[in-house]
Amino acid sequence: MGRYLLRRLLQLVPVFIGTTFLIYWLVWSVPGDPFAGKCGERRCPEQYVAFMTEKYQLDQPVLVQYAHYMQNLFQGDFGETFSGRSVNDIIVAAYPNTLKLALVALAIEALIGITAGVLTGLRRNGFLDNLVLVSTLFLIALPVFVIGFVLQWLLGVQWGIVRPTVSSEMRLTELLVPGFVLGSASMAYVARLARTSIAENRRADYVRTAIAKGLPMRRVVGVHLLRNSLIPVVTLLGTDLGALMGGAIVTEGIFAVNGIGREVYRAIVTKESATVVSIVVVLVLVYLVMNLLVDLLYAALDPRIRYE
Amino acid sequence: MEFRTRDGVAKVINGVTYHVDAGETLAVLGESGSGKSVTAQTVMGILDTPPGFVTGGQVRFHGKDMLTMSDEERRRIRGEGIAMIFQDALSALNPVFTVGFQIAEQFRVRRGMGRAEAKKRAIEMLDQVKIPNAKSRFSQYPHQFSGGMRQRAMIAMSLALDPEVLIADEPTTALDVTVQAQIMDLLAELQRERQMGLILITHDLGVVADVADRIAVMYAGRIVEEADVYELYAKPAHPYTIGLLESIPRLDEKGQELRTIKGLPPNLMNIPPGCPFNPRCPMAQPVCREKIPPLLQVAPGRASACHFAEELVSRD
Amino acid sequence: MSDPTSASIVSTPPSHQPTQAGSTAPADAGLPENARRDKPRGLLGDAWRDLRRKPLFWISATLILVFVLMAAFPWLFTSKDAVNGALANSRVEPSGDAWFGYDVQGRDVFARVIYGARASILVAVVAVLGTLIFGGTVGIIAGYRGGWVDALLSRIADVFFGLPFVLGAIVILTTFNGSGTSNSEWEIMGLVIISLMVLSWPVSMRLMRSSVLATKEADYIVAARAMGASTSRIIIKHLLPNCLAPLLVYGTIMVGSFIGAEATLSFLGVGLKSPVVSWGIMISEAQNYIRVSPFLLFFPAGFLVTAVLSFVMLGETVREALDPKLR
Repeated sequence: MGRYLLRRLLQLVPVFIGTTFLIYWLVWSVPGDPFAGKCGERRCPEQYVAFMTEKYQLDQPVLVQYAHYMQNLFQGDFGETFSGRSVNDIIVAAYPNTLKLALVALAIEALIGITAGVLTGLRRNGFLDNLVLVSTLFLIALPVFVIGFVLQWLLGVQWGIVRPTVSSEMRLTELLVPGFVLGSASMAYVARLARTSIAENRRADYVRTAIAKGLPMRRVVGVHLLRNSLIPVVTLLGTDLGALMGGAIVTEGIFAVNGIGREVYRAIVTKESATVVSIVVVLVLVYLVMNLLVDLLYAALDPRIRYE
Repeated sequence: MEFRTRDGVAKVINGVTYHVDAGETLAVLGESGSGKSVTAQTVMGILDTPPGFVTGGQVRFHGKDMLTMSDEERRRIRGEGIAMIFQDALSALNPVFTVGFQIAEQFRVRRGMGRAEAKKRAIEMLDQVKIPNAKSRFSQYPHQFSGGMRQRAMIAMSLALDPEVLIADEPTTALDVTVQAQIMDLLAELQRERQMGLILITHDLGVVADVADRIAVMYAGRIVEEADVYELYAKPAHPYTIGLLESIPRLDEKGQELRTIKGLPPNLMNIPPGCPFNPRCPMAQPVCREKIPPLLQVAPGRASACHFAEELVSRD
Repeated sequence: MSDPTSASIVSTPPSHQPTQAGSTAPADAGLPENARRDKPRGLLGDAWRDLRRKPLFWISATLILVFVLMAAFPWLFTSKDAVNGALANSRVEPSGDAWFGYDVQGRDVFARVIYGARASILVAVVAVLGTLIFGGTVGIIAGYRGGWVDALLSRIADVFFGLPFVLGAIVILTTFNGSGTSNSEWEIMGLVIISLMVLSWPVSMRLMRSSVLATKEADYIVAARAMGASTSRIIIKHLLPNCLAPLLVYGTIMVGSFIGAEATLSFLGVGLKSPVVSWGIMISEAQNYIRVSPFLLFFPAGFLVTAVLSFVMLGETVREALDPKLR
């Protein structure tokens, strides 16, 4: 187990470096002059340019810049915006909101997805099964922004059931609709995976054994069948948490959630290169760590899997 | 009982009747596809539906028909009245729970015992089936057991609630030959101790001879012969049984060619008219292609479904 | 009663056999056909037989055909101008004259959704082809070569896979297509296509790699190698045909999701831009008027959703038909 963990960590390092370098290079190096358009219509003042060049070592080759940036990063310094605001502050302010939204989305997709998947997996080809198949197809096919707009318009504007946008207090009830929108596609995948998994395991010999033992049907399904069938579903949900945070840009934009996605979008538009890179670094790191955790979780859930 | 598939309906078992008394061992013998396992699954109520459908018949336990009783009543009989062990213990045991949990589960759910007591009883069961270090084995997973040990654990699980009848569906097929004998001995011993009825489903005549009291031979979803084990071996009353017996390699006939039954068992969707065995039968007469021979008593305590059963029995 | 029969056990969903809904047992429905099903069928033949009976397959295929026609010959569907409008008609509601009404600049919405099909579908199809060819090739090399080549290529794929899709696309597109750049219509399309490809190729690479790994050690491939077939011949003659079906299914579904992705990017203002006509641009332009003129949003959104659904549905039905386990 220890060795496996070490190997996975070592594999993770080049991926982390590769991804973050790619972003760094795209954001800082490709556009040419990093100061273009930074100070309104006029050119930036000489001393400001000199200061920033010094701070980010912009006169050095991109690899050196990147190494310098990483060095700061590991000392906990995510850089500064051009107006002098610490990127750390931006992340600290925005990240909890995104995490909250992602967790709500995860909870919704797990609850609805697993319920729908289990019910249809147990009873295939019924009315409910076809209903779920069609609605998952819709959820997969609809782009998030379409679902978001339609729900916002319908629930928020037309029927007035919910506030169309999320207030800065981030109340749980306000997050239900945005959470549903963010988790909609994954919900469909969870439902489908749970359905196939249940349907496959339902005929398994050990289920038959459990029935032959005279266990009540509730226990056969709820303990023996579910425990086995949900292993892949739980791992899907785990990887999804990382993906949800990275994919929240559109949802946060539509529902005006002050999260990391909105910050990064704003930063991209205003060419706040330091903010863009730092937020992407955080998101990539979270994503990679989540994947690693899911691998370990998998071993914990399925005793047959032992990592050497 | 039939299977409905896209390619047609397979009449898998047809007019099968057998019974087993307390303390008795009945062996159900037949080639794969003869319907012997499906019969057992029907009895246990663990048939996959669809494609399997029970279209008629009765399964009587203490005189009550299990097919017409409520699901709840039927569930209570499983495990306590009739228990079953399966061919492949690796897939029959739940891979993600410890062996101990799966045995203790019965005590907890069916007997309402607490965790500690159920564990104690489960370890006792593992001891009874002669699994060494039962205590430490309790918390291991099925894949950490060897094949023989797994089958022992399966037996422990099925016997946990002291069933009156145990159905063993090819309990040794998946095991090495040396282990097979040990498992059969264990089963025979446990059966004697507990005075339970044992239905042993197998295709292996060698296994049958040692432990069975009576034998029912199945072919194409029907019982073709039923007899006391000694009488059946001494004087089979159905050409199919004769064929089976002749195809056992024998030490005293070294050097002779091993005889086999020619042809294949029929497709159950398309059973030949008349006696289902007629295309492969060395004794077939025109009548065999027209009339299905009923299972009739040919001597005290034995029955055969062959038009020429009496000739076979009276022959020397 | 085990393997041979249970392997052929089939539960065809009733929804796929509407004509047989009235029959009492599914088994009886299969019987009359028994006679003419004696000759063995291949996997593809089986799949086609299955597909032919699925209404979903026909619906989605027809819709896709309509959309492709729309993209190729928009003038078959409308004679109106999609690019220029009369401001006097600004946000006029749908009527018999203009079925879908007029947008803010007084352009005919119906004409615009028709012409919008071209950009949306073109971008998606080209990006999918690129993704499949590039990712597929890398996947074949990684799977076939193995060793350090595989390790290296897989890590590179991980790098691109680790980037959140929308975020990555925004960064790439703003870098090359931000405000201040003056790219032509075709350059923008190319950029969108490339950014979709860059972020998606790892998936098709992994798919191909695992199919190659699965078939590489098959006896017939080993036999071909033993008989001295060249690597390229083995790949083209033996590996490709086996791995192609899942890749094509995946590609069909991907066309659908790329149409959605293109719309998302245009909606965010980093993808295609006016004067190009695309559904995403139309939705983006309509969002400010959602409270007063919701029809401006619904028509392009409806077309977008239908197009995406058709491709995803087609891919799904084909996948189900190809997968014997699901039948």
